Amino acid sequence: MFSQRAFYGVELKSRLLLGTARYPSPKILADAIAASGAEVVTVSLRRESGSDKSGQSFWSLVRGLGVRMLPNTAGCHTVKEAVTTAHMARELFDTTWIKLEVIRDDETLQPDIFGLVEAASVLSEEGFEVFPYTTEDLVVADRLLEAGCKVLMPWGAPIGSARGLNNAYGLKALRAHFPDIPLVVDAGIGVPSHASAAMELGYDAVLLNTAVAEAGDPAAMAKAFALAIEAGRVAFSAQPMEPRDMAVPSTPMIGKAALGD
Amino acid sequence: MRIFVNGDQREVPSETLAVALNALGYGGKKIATAVNGRFVSATARPATKLNDGDKIEVVAPMQGG
Repeated sequence: MFSQRAFYGVELKSRLLLGTARYPSPKILADAIAASGAEVVTVSLRRESGSDKSGQSFWSLVRGLGVRMLPNTAGCHTVKEAVTTAHMARELFDTTWIKLEVIRDDETLQPDIFGLVEAASVLSEEGFEVFPYTTEDLVVADRLLEAGCKVLMPWGAPIGSARGLNNAYGLKALRAHFPDIPLVVDAGIGVPSHASAAMELGYDAVLLNTAVAEAGDPAAMAKAFALAIEAGRVAFSAQPMEPRDMAVPSTPMIGKAALGD
Repeated sequence: MRIFVNGDQREVPSETLAVALNALGYGGKKIATAVNGRFVSATARPATKLNDGDKIEVVAPMQGG
């Protein structure tokens, strides 16, 4: 049976959450979202001058796609920055959903877990529905839940690194530790097999961006990810066999013809 | 009055945030604003008086991951 863990009360058919950045053109972005079947896309907010039209045209494009928007606080390094950005995002995108990022390290874009927990607490108190970009650390996860988060988004690997699941054991432990919490692997995914592996661990969804946007054919890659995520989800539900150290013949030996000397 | 808009120094009428935004070409645009690091909602802009040297941030929807 598939689990019915919902994202702040929202049931999603597609378990692929797709980013909207780094595509070669708006048309390719729209094609990739359509091919992915994603119902949720991540968006952001940046400075715009009075004469610039890029934000307005992006808004028209994404609004026309009929998908739910998950704004992020990408680039924020302090609690204050992240909280103010969340306030602006809530008004701009008319949603209480926020993908909360508080970054500490610029080389790895590793989250500042202390600032993350603090910002999550502030925003949850204010009625936001927080999707925290975190590590696979169990204790941090616990603190985020205490802070009011009802979804956790541990990284697979550093953002944009395409390294896949750096710590599959840690991600598996997180799944086992929090069986009722929706878990999303966010960041570091490079190829569809990485996403499938996350789903085979029992994760509820995968959030990715660069792996699709920077593929040679983003729409085709979006479709490949959708298929892989579905395959991984069905595989988890079908209860995979446990690995063994030694070979076990798959063909029955009983009744084998005696052909030796 | 001199203020900073997204880091650039600008001259605007000595008025409210709503008036300044209109003068800067933001009228009717999908934006969100902050003054001196604090969020100012769209409904609060007409009543938000600006002071010389204020730092205004004006953001719009953008692609994100």
